[in-house]
Amino acid sequence: MSVFTSVPPEVDAAVQRADGASRRDFLKSTGLLVVSFSVAGVAAPLQTAQGPGPYPDPDFRQLDTWIVIREDNTATFFVGKTDPGQGTGTAFRQIMSDELDMPYDRTSCVMGATDVTPDQGGSGGSDALQVDGYPMRRAAAEARRVLLEMASARLGVPVSQLYVRDGVVSVEADPSRKVTYGQLIGGRRFNVTLTGDNVNAATGIAPLKNVQDLKTSGQPLPRYDIPAKVDGSHKWAVDVKLPGMVHARNVKPPFAGATLTNVDESSVRNLPGFVRVIRSGNYLAVVCEREEQAIRAASALKATWSRPSTAPFPASESLFDYIRSATPTFSAPPVVVGTPDAAFQSAAKVVEAQYEVPFQGHASIGPAHATADPSNDQMTVYSNDMKAYGMRDGIAQFLQMPRDRVRVVWMDGPQGFGRTAADDAGVEAAFIAKEIGRPVRVQWMRHEETGWDTKAPAYVVSMRAGLDPQGTLTAYSFEARAADHNHLGYNEHDTVLIAQLANRRKATPNRGSVGTPSEMYAIPNRRSATHVVGLPLVWETPIRTGNLRDPNGPQVTFATETFIDEVAVAAGADPIAFRMKLLTAGTTDDSGFKRARSIAVLKAVTDASGWDTRVSPKPARTGDVLSGRGVAYTFRNQTVVAQVAEVEVNRRTGRVWVKRLVCAHDCGLVINPSGVRATIECGMLHSLSRALYEEATFDTETVTSMDWMTYPTLRHTDAPERIDIVLVNGDPNPNRPDLPMYGAGETICKPLMAAVGNAIFDATGVRLRRVPFKSERVLAALKAARV
Amino acid sequence: MAILRLTVNGRAHSVDVDPSTPLLYVLRNDLDLRGPRFGCGLSQCGACTVLIKGAAVRSCIMPVSAAAGTPITTLEGLATDGRLDPVQQAWIDEQVPQCGFCQNGQILTAKALLAKNPSPTDAQIREGMAGVLCRCFTYYRIQAAIKRAARLMADGGERSEGEVVA
Repeated sequence: MSVFTSVPPEVDAAVQRADGASRRDFLKSTGLLVVSFSVAGVAAPLQTAQGPGPYPDPDFRQLDTWIVIREDNTATFFVGKTDPGQGTGTAFRQIMSDELDMPYDRTSCVMGATDVTPDQGGSGGSDALQVDGYPMRRAAAEARRVLLEMASARLGVPVSQLYVRDGVVSVEADPSRKVTYGQLIGGRRFNVTLTGDNVNAATGIAPLKNVQDLKTSGQPLPRYDIPAKVDGSHKWAVDVKLPGMVHARNVKPPFAGATLTNVDESSVRNLPGFVRVIRSGNYLAVVCEREEQAIRAASALKATWSRPSTAPFPASESLFDYIRSATPTFSAPPVVVGTPDAAFQSAAKVVEAQYEVPFQGHASIGPAHATADPSNDQMTVYSNDMKAYGMRDGIAQFLQMPRDRVRVVWMDGPQGFGRTAADDAGVEAAFIAKEIGRPVRVQWMRHEETGWDTKAPAYVVSMRAGLDPQGTLTAYSFEARAADHNHLGYNEHDTVLIAQLANRRKATPNRGSVGTPSEMYAIPNRRSATHVVGLPLVWETPIRTGNLRDPNGPQVTFATETFIDEVAVAAGADPIAFRMKLLTAGTTDDSGFKRARSIAVLKAVTDASGWDTRVSPKPARTGDVLSGRGVAYTFRNQTVVAQVAEVEVNRRTGRVWVKRLVCAHDCGLVINPSGVRATIECGMLHSLSRALYEEATFDTETVTSMDWMTYPTLRHTDAPERIDIVLVNGDPNPNRPDLPMYGAGETICKPLMAAVGNAIFDATGVRLRRVPFKSERVLAALKAARV
Repeated sequence: MAILRLTVNGRAHSVDVDPSTPLLYVLRNDLDLRGPRFGCGLSQCGACTVLIKGAAVRSCIMPVSAAAGTPITTLEGLATDGRLDPVQQAWIDEQVPQCGFCQNGQILTAKALLAKNPSPTDAQIREGMAGVLCRCFTYYRIQAAIKRAARLMADGGERSEGEVVA
């Protein structure tokens, strides 16, 4: 079995060139890469004098780093991204095929192997196309330009008299005279240098095509990775199996802030397959030959832990009181527009409300995992980390190894959504592998993942609005407190969990952040104030915050878009009409036409939902099941989204069923409408799960939501009966040649909790200001209001 | 340790393991079958599902000794003669997966559901699938794919003409 048995087949296939040389050998000859491997997979003796390492960074200024064309006229694109399941890999192939003029079916794409693909940072921020797509397109356009020049020389015809179709360059006047890309460059390097201060700016001299000339982009192509995920042949990061590999399991502290005082190794030494106990400070793990042996040994290992002198955090029942009263660790200077104080004083009516969102986890369907190979004085980690490059840097620093002796090979894994931007298992696997000198596979158990994963910050948001006698919104105040002190999220060597537990953490916690409203409402007088608060225990705690699919947006938008609904009720206006009036009252717009596009999106969701224009709540309420509709709108960067939820609320049980969801979505130029629609559909249901079920629970020292029973989520029984999606292009000139590509993903997750809550109000007349809308909470609210 | 005989996807294997080892680890680590995956180890999520006598079974809690001697089917064994099962074909046609990690359990549970009830109602699909979790939330598409698979199976496994592929 070769060391590369578990590398995805497409990587294997892509790195093999027609002349038999591997991608790495290919790059080696350009001075970019050198690699050697022990076939046995067992570590060679450590060398004392170290020369250059085997994994220097692929140079983003070399065209060869991005594109390889083979003699058989097929191309492989190498991009520094990862695809956590939204189909971005397919989209990358589409945009690069288009610029290169190569048929999509003759291309493949390799992502996120730090020694093979240029560092584009991996995934995050829904910016795959918005940011990273552009250097990809420019590299492909430059390759096309260079190939045309080569064809011109070969055919003796000026470039202006040539045309390209499907990777074949032909003479316009005599199409029988032609040459394929593969004949021009196959098996050879471009040796073309790009310019640009950073990877995002990488460019040649070729211009991009006008969007009207793109052919593959805009097509609903099926995702290339799905068939292997459906027939069982796909190789995932969890599937990596190396010769001589052993298995490790962590022994997590039984409560937050625990100090490990004693480990009784004799409790496991005689268990079958036992290899080693690994301990560093409060970090504790067991290594065994077989996976089930490691699981057994980790639960059998006797360890003694002592408690911290003060409680690590408030119990979840008191969380919001704690957040309200805590002294902030950071307060941003308030942002003031107009004269809000004076406007509130002269208001005819003032509306106030406070909103609460608890800690919600990633609760990935597969716990954290990684496999590390320490052979030959290098370290290779196979991981589903969405930011493979950040993990590579973190591991190198944590192990104090030269960066060019460490690589991370990204492979598919359970969904990312930010959890794998603060991945822990990769560093743990690398650490253990280096300690024992053997390849090791680490996987967390369910209680570790749900209990100790990074969580979206909990929020308390206080809102205030002033209306004039005509019901016009004249004054607006937003004040948010986010429990986000020491926010984690970028594979930092001094904040990953093992660094905390092993007492190798940094001294100063990360500051954390708080979101602010994102809408284009024209309100003359505004005040916005934000505060970060911390829990008593900052390190070595299972309640740690990280990036969950827009770290702050869903919480903030739940507050702001529920509140605007409450203000609409106070103004006696229909919820959409009230929002539309606030949007159209503005006369200025930004360079991305966000106001015009917000208006177009809100109009689109009105039409697509068949919106029943009237004031909420719905007047007649009879029967056990009450129905209603709610709307919410927001943007993130330049992506604009409006959603309508139609709900049924059972007033006997408190159960909320979202029967129908409608989403109008403007992300600029759409590369793959099928992929965008799937992402919208699933993103809405993700937020629906957060709206109805998800809440981390804890006592004052332990997280008590640790599996799928104690951390319930949306199930098949909750799926809507119908989902309608409208892809809007609200640009004032949707046919302009440079129509930009924006992101899809996180924006979708922002408005939904408010849309559902607003629909519950419409159905019942009861306003819920705390998520999740669990049945028992809804029932209690209905009873209190005598509904 | 003990020698146990397993029949998986029509092939006989013998493994030398502790009989209490959950079937999941034997399938994955000894037989190199990676369709079933560890999700919770608690029989709560369904990622580890295999088919035993046509029923969807959670391999993360079943001792390998309990599975010995009974034919087991994993995701890799669902296709016959290189031809995808109608459930798998429907999954591709509907472009169901996001990350895809849970889809082993979704596909095999749907297969077991359709084997018992070839034309389930929407409510029966929801109830029958309720115990299989997806954290990318592909539920809506899965339900559409199950209905498509039911039609494919009724038509003898052929994709009907004119059907739009997502």
